Amino acid sequence: MRRTTRIGLGAALALSISAAAAFADTIKIAFIDPLSGPFAATGEQGLAQYRFAAEELVNRKGGVLGGKMFEIVPFDNKISPKESLIQLQVAIDQGIRFIAQGNSSGVANALTDAINKHNRRNPDNRVLFLNYSAVDPALTNDKCNFWHFRFDANADIKMDALTDIIQQDESIKKVYIIGQDYSFGKAVAAAAVRFLNEKRPDIEIVGNELHPIGKVKDFTPYARKIVASGADAVITGNWGSDMLNLGRAILDNGFTGPIYTYYAAADGITAAFGEAGDGSLKLVGEGQLNPPVSARADAYVTAFKKKYPNKDIGQPRIANVIEMLARAIEKAGSDTDIVAIAKALEGMEHDALFGGKVYMRPQDHQAIQDVHVLAHTNDGITHDFDNSGYGLKVEKTVRMAGMDSPTTCRMKRP
Amino acid sequence: MELVLVNLIDGLVTGLLLFMLSAGLTLIFSMMGVLNFAHASFYMLGAYFAYQISVYMGFWMGLLIAPPLVGVLGALVERYGLRKVHQYGHVPELIFTFGLALLIEEVVQFVWGRDTMPYDIPEILRFTAFSISGYAIPAYKIFMIFTSVAIFVVLLWVLTRTRVGMIIQAALSHPQTVEALGHNVPLVFMGVFGVGTALAGVAGVIAGPVLSTFPGMAVVLGSIVFVTIVIGGLGSLWGALVASLLIGWLTTFAKAYNIRAADILTSLGLTPPANVEESIWRDIWTVTSPQIADILPYILMVLILVFRPHGLFGKRDA
Repeated sequence: MRRTTRIGLGAALALSISAAAAFADTIKIAFIDPLSGPFAATGEQGLAQYRFAAEELVNRKGGVLGGKMFEIVPFDNKISPKESLIQLQVAIDQGIRFIAQGNSSGVANALTDAINKHNRRNPDNRVLFLNYSAVDPALTNDKCNFWHFRFDANADIKMDALTDIIQQDESIKKVYIIGQDYSFGKAVAAAAVRFLNEKRPDIEIVGNELHPIGKVKDFTPYARKIVASGADAVITGNWGSDMLNLGRAILDNGFTGPIYTYYAAADGITAAFGEAGDGSLKLVGEGQLNPPVSARADAYVTAFKKKYPNKDIGQPRIANVIEMLARAIEKAGSDTDIVAIAKALEGMEHDALFGGKVYMRPQDHQAIQDVHVLAHTNDGITHDFDNSGYGLKVEKTVRMAGMDSPTTCRMKRP
Repeated sequence: MELVLVNLIDGLVTGLLLFMLSAGLTLIFSMMGVLNFAHASFYMLGAYFAYQISVYMGFWMGLLIAPPLVGVLGALVERYGLRKVHQYGHVPELIFTFGLALLIEEVVQFVWGRDTMPYDIPEILRFTAFSISGYAIPAYKIFMIFTSVAIFVVLLWVLTRTRVGMIIQAALSHPQTVEALGHNVPLVFMGVFGVGTALAGVAGVIAGPVLSTFPGMAVVLGSIVFVTIVIGGLGSLWGALVASLLIGWLTTFAKAYNIRAADILTSLGLTPPANVEESIWRDIWTVTSPQIADILPYILMVLILVFRPHGLFGKRDA
């Protein structure tokens, strides 16, 4: 009995050592996002897309630096900034050098400060922050630092692109702005007012309203007000069930104009809108799924759906994160020299898998890319969301949106 | 003026929906003295069951089958859960129902996932019933109004005009006597709990398509249901109706009109501070009614508890 235990223990030890040896050749990327609680669905979606991108875009091609594979290591932050800092420390202690995070700008703000401090104190053990979704403009303005790279267009750039489109639409004379009562909702409203006043002073903002976040049961009274105001278009930064319920209430109560949104897709929202949203629901964002930009992109999504039938490529930029990181590591010739990798990422131009170019602007580390206005429809959809037949189709495109947008970033370089 | 009428209808729909939930809760409370924290969870189960049934057999079968299913589940909970806990007093009962609410939420997430379900209004009701000077009233809202009114009438009739109703009412105040007369009081309790949860199930079935079916739907309505029955008076069906309508209209009108606190305060003779944005009173001076619409019922509840502790129609203290 004792002997077998010892043999078993020995075998387990040997196995774990060989496993560690196998892992030694991987480049680990810590994925710090909510994997439990109310936002777990969003986190799980992101994790699946990262795992697939690493496998398909890097590992299958033989890895980087002559055979090193990418490995995504998930850490659950329960969308809390405090928890994220603990998970960051755990990741750093495990020797992970690359941190990917996206959900909630509150978390991103905490992480970027912590990483900046850590890198200053531990020059031999620096880490890189790959922000793929947190869109608070401050992260690439007042709070920018050398270690933070944002791959999504920030809230201001998106609004800039959206108002470019509205500018060309002469039929829009009145706009209603409504959002959740917190920092992001307020930032969207402020940007909308600013850009509309600049570009189309003739447009009347007939409503600018905030509602409690996650507390409203029935949006009907808001919808009545929007209809009563005679608005031609609605702009909202709402997400989650607030997005769905607001959108449905507006459509149910007879509004027929466009509803411009940031987050009205995937995670069940596309399926729930279904036919009702067709023709009205628009989304501003990067990445083109429909029509597919290339056979390669088409095959990528098809392969993803085969592996994860119940998930969607809701964040096409994740492919850019992985590909650009791989290129930067190759160019730096090292997976530990974070300064060299960051310098390689700065100013990088990249042909995105889902169309267009991505340019990592050196002065503030904000990715500049094509921003589309996408329409919720079932017409001409190759890759739908939520297996519903409905998906997002590119309607209009602003090439390299926000290329010359100002930044207050004063970056300190090592 | 037309907008007032439209808002009255919208508020009526919200109120009646709330009534279907609070009717069951207040019925259960008056009978068993139990505040059922899991009541809104049965409402959620109603919506999810109906969605699952509607996938295979359509909306109407869902409306027909889901509520009895929820009712049976509620009866089983009473028979094999609450009744066992009852002997230990009220606090264990409260804790039991509270735990049940958490359990149901987790089970729902486990079975159906965290995404919103594509549970939709049936094709046949997807049209505009009528318009009041440009404001569309969807047919589904009219359907909701008629369903809830029908349920209220049937419930009132059963409770006041039938033998069963008389036994239930007697069991409310004199359970020992009723038992001595040869009636099975525990069975009556189980039945009332089942019917109460089934009512919550109906509310879930018809509210699911408009308020969306997602794992947080019970939490969103959970607390407001308790507020309703406290305002209406614990145990009173009429109270539940009046309070539900009151809350429905109160929140709807508060959201529909931008009443600013500054206007009210100045009309009271107060002058705004010189620089509102910098002042410590900023939050009070800049608040608007839509921002606080959903907490108005709670303020109303506090006022009721202070000035009329047994509620509008209640017979005993809350």
